[in-house]
Amino acid sequence: MTQFIIPTLASGGAGKPFFTNPAIEKIKDLVNALSVPEFSLPIFTVGFILMMLWYRKWTKPKVIIALTAGACVFYFGSMLIDYNYLLILKKPDNVPITIMLLAMGLCLWVAFRQAAINDARLEAGLPLPDADKEDKVLVWPDLVYTEMICMVLASAALVLWSIVLRAPLESPANPAGPPNPSKAPWYFLGLQEMLVYFDPWIAGVILPGLIVTGLIAMPYIDINPKGNGFYTIAQRKFALWVWLFGFLILWVVLIVFGTFLRGPNWNFFGPYEYWDSHLQVPLTNINLSDYFWVFGLGQPLPKNPFAREAVGIVFTAFWCLALPVVLARTVMYRMYNQMGSTRFYIMAFHLVIMAMLPLKMVLRWLFTLKYFVYLPEFNLNI
Amino acid sequence: MMQPVRSALDYVRSTQIWNSIFRHGVPRDRRTRVMAVMSNLFLHLHPVAVRKSGIRLSFTWCMGGLTFFLFLAETISGVLLMFYYRPVPEYAYADIIGLRAHVTLGLLREIHRWGAHAMIIAIWLHMMRVFLTGSYKPPREFNWGVGVILLVLTMLMSFTGYLLPWDQLAIWAITVGSNMGKATPFLGMQGPFTDLVQLPGGVPLVTVKSDAAYLLLAGTSVGENALMRFYVLHCIALPLVLAVLIAIHFWRIRKDGGISGPL
Repeated sequence: MTQFIIPTLASGGAGKPFFTNPAIEKIKDLVNALSVPEFSLPIFTVGFILMMLWYRKWTKPKVIIALTAGACVFYFGSMLIDYNYLLILKKPDNVPITIMLLAMGLCLWVAFRQAAINDARLEAGLPLPDADKEDKVLVWPDLVYTEMICMVLASAALVLWSIVLRAPLESPANPAGPPNPSKAPWYFLGLQEMLVYFDPWIAGVILPGLIVTGLIAMPYIDINPKGNGFYTIAQRKFALWVWLFGFLILWVVLIVFGTFLRGPNWNFFGPYEYWDSHLQVPLTNINLSDYFWVFGLGQPLPKNPFAREAVGIVFTAFWCLALPVVLARTVMYRMYNQMGSTRFYIMAFHLVIMAMLPLKMVLRWLFTLKYFVYLPEFNLNI
Repeated sequence: MMQPVRSALDYVRSTQIWNSIFRHGVPRDRRTRVMAVMSNLFLHLHPVAVRKSGIRLSFTWCMGGLTFFLFLAETISGVLLMFYYRPVPEYAYADIIGLRAHVTLGLLREIHRWGAHAMIIAIWLHMMRVFLTGSYKPPREFNWGVGVILLVLTMLMSFTGYLLPWDQLAIWAITVGSNMGKATPFLGMQGPFTDLVQLPGGVPLVTVKSDAAYLLLAGTSVGENALMRFYVLHCIALPLVLAVLIAIHFWRIRKDGGISGPL
C-alpha cells in the first residue's frame, strides 16, 4: 500500500517531482555538483573534524534539535522535490541505510553528550556521575524487565517494518544477464566503493583483512589506561580520532556513496540526478610510471617491468614499511617509547595502510592517478 | 473481581508441578529475587546484582541485547522458512513466490530479511558503543576479539542468506562479492603471486577449478552448487559457530567483571 501511495503523493504523476521551480532546480544542481566524492568527502571530513572539536557545543539539546530538524528536512524533504532521489530512498533494500543513519546519529549524540558532561566534570576535578561502584541494583526486576520491554518494542518494530515493507524480490536469477549496476549487499558497499581506487585484491581482500586484524589487535595496542568504562573524548583523543574517522568516513560514508550515489556502470550520480545508463565517463587515469617516464623524463616506458615501476615500488615500500619507522623516530616518538616496538609497529602498519585509501583518493582527484605500481604481468596493481 | 484470579494464581504456585520448575517463591523480596536469577538457566547469564549505571539505556543503548534478540528472531523465522524452501535452482525462486502467495501470515521472509539488516545495524552500533566507552580495554581484550569474530560471522550470515531467494539481486550481489575471492593473493586465479604456488616442474596448484572463489562457490560461477553450499553455511555451519561464540562472549562478560563502568 505504502509503495503505491508514497510515490503517487510525492511525484504527482510518473517521473515528475511533487513541486519544483527554477530556484529549487538551481539548488539541486549545486547539491549535485558538490556531491561528487572530490568535494563531498572533504566536506564530510571537515564535518567530522568539527564534530570532534566542538562536541561540547553541538551536543546541547537546543543545538541538536535544530541540527536534526535541518538534516531531516533536507534528507526526507528532498523526496518531494526530486523524483530520482525518491526512487533511491524508497528502494526497499535502501531503507536499512536510512534506519542506520538515524540510529547512528542518535547514538553518536547520546555518546558525545555524555562525553561532554564527563569531560567537564573530570576537568573540574569532580567525580564521574557513575563512579560509585557500590550503587547496585538487583537483576530481577531492574535488568530483566528492561530487557523484556526492549524485546517487546523490538518485536513490534520488526513486525511493523515487515507489514509496511515487502522484502525485495526481483526477476528470477539469470546467469546471462547482469543488472546494471550490480551491487554487493549494502553492508559491503564500502568495500565495493574502494574498488574505484584499488584493485580487488586490495579492496576486497587485504583491506577487509586488515580491518579485522586491526580491530582484534586494538585492545592490545591501545595501552592508554584512561577512559575505561565511560564516555570521554578528552582522555583518549588519538584512539577516538583514528577509529571514528575510519568507521564514520571510510566505512559508513562510503556505504552511503555506494548505495545512493553509484548508478549504472558504477558511475557517480548526484542525489538529484537521473541514473542514465548511457552516460559515458572517459577513462583518463594515468599510472605513476607514465607520469615519471613519459611526462617527467620524456622517454618511452622501459621494457623491464621492474625498472618501469621502480618509482612506484620504492614509494609503496617506503609508505608501508619505512613510514612507520619514520613516524617512530619523529612525530610519534613519545608514543613509540610508551608502547614499545611490537605494539607500535603493528599499530603504525595498520595506520599507514588505512591512510593509503584517502591518499589514493586525493591523488586520483588531483592528478587522475591510476596505480602507484602497475604490474599486470603479476596481477599486482597497487 | 481480582480476588478469584489471585487465589487461582496462589493455588497454581502451591502445586508440586510449579514448585518443581521454579524452586523459589514469588520474587518479591531480596532473597527470592536473587534465587529467581540464580536458579534459572537463562537468567543466570546475569549476575544477581549489577551496577545501576551499567544498565542505563543511555550507556548500553541495549544494542548487544538487541543483536542477540535479533539472532533469536532470525533463528525462529529461519527454521520456519526452511519448511517451505528447497535450495535448488529449479524450486528456490518459486518457493519464495509461494511463501508470499500461499503461506498464512506470509510475513516470514519479511521478518527474516529486515531482521537480518537490523541485526547488522545493531551489531555495528554495539561495537561503536563498546569502543566509545573504552570497554574493550583490560580486562576485556579477549572478549572484544570474540566480538569482532561475531561481527564478521554476522555479516557472513547475511551474505550467505542473500543468495537464497535466487533472484537477480541475489546471484549478482553474490557474484560481485565472490569475485573478490578470485583476487586473493596466492590463492585466487586473478590475484597476485598465484603463479608462485606450483609444484616442482611448474605444475600450477591454483587453477580456475581450485582457487579461493571455487572453494566458496563449488563452481566457476554462482550456480546450483553455490546455492547448496551457501544454504548449508547459512542454515547449519555458521549458526552453530555463532551459537558457540555467543556463549563464550556472554560467559566472558561475567568472567571479565560484568558490564563495564568507571574503574
